[in-house]
Amino acid sequence: MSVDVNMAEIAQLFVEESLEGLDTMESGLLNLDLGAADPETMNAIFRAAHSIKGGGATFGFTEISEFAHHVETLLDEMRRGERPVTRDAVDLLLQSVDCIRDMTGSLATGSVDTARAKELEVQLETMLRQKPGVGAAACGSGHAAGEAAATTDEARVADEADEAGAGWRIRFRPGPGIFKSRNDPLRMFRELEALGALDVKAVGAEDLDFESLDPEECRLGWDLVLHASADRETVEEVFAWVADECELELEPIPGIAADDGPASEKPPAQAESLPAAAKPAAAAAKGTAFSQETGSIRVNIDKVDALINLVGELVITQSMLSRYTGDFDFTQIEGLREGLTQLSRNTRELQESVMAIRMLPISFAFSRFPRLVRDTGNALGKKVELKLTGENTELDKTVLEKIGDPLVHLVRNSLDHGLETPEERVAAGKPETGVLELNAYHEGGNIVIEVIDDGAGIDKGKVLAKARERGLVAADEQLSDDRVNNLIFMAGFSTAEEISDLSGRGVGMDVVRRNIADLGGHVSVQSECGVGSKFTIRLPLTLAILDGQLVRVGKESYIVSLVSIVETIQVCADKVNQIAGESELFKLRDEYLPILRLHELFGIQADSARIDDGLLVVAEANGQRVGIFVDDLKEQQQVVIKSLEANYRQMRGISGATILGDGTVALILDVPGLIQLYCDRNGGVPHHTAAVA
Amino acid sequence: MAATRKHMEELTQQAESGDAGGQYLTFMLAGEEYGVEILKVQEIKGWGTATPIPNTPDYVLGVLNLRGAVVPIIDLRKRFSLDSVPYGATTVVIVVKMSHEDQERTVGLVVDAVADVYRLESGEIQAPPDMGGAVHTEFVRGLATVEEKMVILLEVDCLIDFKNMHSSPSRSPDADKAQVEAIPEE
Amino acid sequence: MQSVLVVDDSASIRSLITYVLEQAGYAVVVAEDGEAALEYARTNAVDLVLTDVNMPKLDGIGLTKALRELPHYRFVPLLVLTTESGTDKKMEGKAAGATGWIVKPVDPVQLVGTIRKVLS
Repeated sequence: MSVDVNMAEIAQLFVEESLEGLDTMESGLLNLDLGAADPETMNAIFRAAHSIKGGGATFGFTEISEFAHHVETLLDEMRRGERPVTRDAVDLLLQSVDCIRDMTGSLATGSVDTARAKELEVQLETMLRQKPGVGAAACGSGHAAGEAAATTDEARVADEADEAGAGWRIRFRPGPGIFKSRNDPLRMFRELEALGALDVKAVGAEDLDFESLDPEECRLGWDLVLHASADRETVEEVFAWVADECELELEPIPGIAADDGPASEKPPAQAESLPAAAKPAAAAAKGTAFSQETGSIRVNIDKVDALINLVGELVITQSMLSRYTGDFDFTQIEGLREGLTQLSRNTRELQESVMAIRMLPISFAFSRFPRLVRDTGNALGKKVELKLTGENTELDKTVLEKIGDPLVHLVRNSLDHGLETPEERVAAGKPETGVLELNAYHEGGNIVIEVIDDGAGIDKGKVLAKARERGLVAADEQLSDDRVNNLIFMAGFSTAEEISDLSGRGVGMDVVRRNIADLGGHVSVQSECGVGSKFTIRLPLTLAILDGQLVRVGKESYIVSLVSIVETIQVCADKVNQIAGESELFKLRDEYLPILRLHELFGIQADSARIDDGLLVVAEANGQRVGIFVDDLKEQQQVVIKSLEANYRQMRGISGATILGDGTVALILDVPGLIQLYCDRNGGVPHHTAAVA
Repeated sequence: MAATRKHMEELTQQAESGDAGGQYLTFMLAGEEYGVEILKVQEIKGWGTATPIPNTPDYVLGVLNLRGAVVPIIDLRKRFSLDSVPYGATTVVIVVKMSHEDQERTVGLVVDAVADVYRLESGEIQAPPDMGGAVHTEFVRGLATVEEKMVILLEVDCLIDFKNMHSSPSRSPDADKAQVEAIPEE
Repeated sequence: MQSVLVVDDSASIRSLITYVLEQAGYAVVVAEDGEAALEYARTNAVDLVLTDVNMPKLDGIGLTKALRELPHYRFVPLLVLTTESGTDKKMEGKAAGATGWIVKPVDPVQLVGTIRKVLS
């Protein structure tokens, strides 16, 4: 294992940790009560900034550590109560958090853009110079002290050239308590010896009274002569740890050995060698490409313990079952059956536990919203209260990473189009402050995420008019309220009268729907005019496992994701209409749905030729409902998704494959892909048409 | 031990240098003997029923479960437009690794029977004659004569078309990613 | 093998120090805050403690004080990690019973050198 690799890994850890720290800072800053900051929160924010600064410096990311230093200083004043927590300060700190996050993120590219940091640094410095409302005096004096110290240092540096000569006479009189802090004069002498020849003379030994001697106290002093061309600083450094509890006098021995060269040359060289030593680490760290989306995952130790326990149980079951591998007779069948039941339980639990390792709380996705809602609300001049519930609801890491953007879009949409301005709200008899809720909970094998606002709701008249104008709905078509609301997810639909800065990014709700569909999920909206809207996202907990329904067509079995199935029905032939002898439609309550005959699309043999011999699986994808005609339904089961592409290629209408209990492969149907395939074959877009009453 | 290693090195070198010489596994197909580079062969297994994949060329029999991986199976008789015969006791699946655009895939080839393993020097291999498109010469790496029989050496990587058939939104994880990323970030 | 207890709330700093010290031949035990370190120290002896100052739960100063009250830690070298600006922290650490300090950012070579000196 090479040093570089290790350093790079550790530096990567720093990146991950910093991003976490930045999240802590951000949520902490957002939760601060202006004027009366909670000390705990303040400390946590400060610590995060402090760690980023320290880590940044350690790993050689000086751009970050230098900038974080200013942030830390401001936070330090705030946490000490020397500076009030003002809105301006919090805003500046939040911007700084963003800036550090950008810089941290761009470590991957190797080039960090410091322009923004420089800008903010000026603002931070300006703020730091301004006299804070509280404890101004303390702050001022601090600065003065710092300057004074600097002056002394300079004076000393100036002296050195004259002073450093053949060596030093050192008078060292440690305090009696020096041993208590485990400081050993011998160690210091050894250090001095490393600089040059050292003569040591102990003083005060003659006064020692051995009767009353406390061996833990230091009663001796030393006079030392160091023959070395070390500068004062280097020598003092040796005693630095005990400077507060000793008398130390240094007297230079005049330079005799002039041919040693200018004595002052050595110290700078030595001083330089120290930071240089840190460079390999930094260089190694920088040389590696970082990515924020790391392949690693942090797992709670409880989850690992649970896994270990389960494996233990599995081992027990296995040993129990192995008893039956020898001479087996039928009296043992009951025991065998019991063992197999236990094995299947172990397996299921093990599967669940392993999946749980990939599960993370949705709070990771929710955490960005307090900030986003605050900023967006401010920009729009709207007052918004954000309520988060079910933040601990867990879902698969991959799903979690991918749901962020669609959620942001929905929240923006609610802020932009849903919630009204304070004036409008008051006029409508509502409280001035609007409420935006984000809920998450588990339901069956799914996670449900709701985005609820108490805003104006969807204007159905407007939506319908726009849909007709865009040709998405026929002029005379009658749609249920629910259908109208969900029209906003159709491609090419946008209700925004004018493209606003916030949600008019050329991305419509159709993209939100498609992204959620790509995760195997589904989004819908319920809305009441004047009362508000509720967007409901339903997602599978994981992408690796799917709750499937096995369907049979002829000799083949396929799997349909349960999430996409609305219902399964049997239709009478007289409920089916044929359009131009091609597309078949059937009437389901108030709408006509196209029938996809799977055997025709796939070119295989089916048992049922007549529509009433088989079943129609009503499935929905991208807001489009269709009836998939199959021979029969078989069992429902969880299946592990395998890629077809790994060894072959993508296939239309098929999203992957799985291996069934008997070892055979079954294909998983891709409902949106099937609909597309059907459209291409039938040369048109099947759209549900309202039944004429 | 040392000899074996040397041998392996030679083989590897040949494989890397694109030299056609090396060891070949041969099999029978409609009375002709064909050879595939042995380094490409992963295993040989008995024939088992594959799950058909709809809307694929007829030579793709379907997919099989190979220790948890889903592997496509190709009928080489159909691939070479030869007459089909019922699968018999000697029918085997030669599982080979195919490289295509930096991706290595595992594919099963159904052949009549496994024949032999030969070591061929590159000098013993002739370029395939131009047969005017009558035969799929793009699959043929070269011809060799072993014990006065002709052996047709195949270019394994070309036996199957991996190009994705469509560009409509796919369900594959990679495609998902691309699409999610298409949403502009704040 | 001499053992060092490293206390820091930052995982990356802990990893770095651990790596550097292990390379230098020390056995390293880590704790992520003062409380965890104290908990460990109550029942385990080490040859040296290296602690950060700013940490949640129990900070480095508090930890130093508490460790010095444990009989088996009275004479164990305790080093605090401070930032260059933290002169008052150095003194606070000293007052609490720390042997000395190591200035952050941690320079691997200097760190090993200092610990060697203290433990020699």
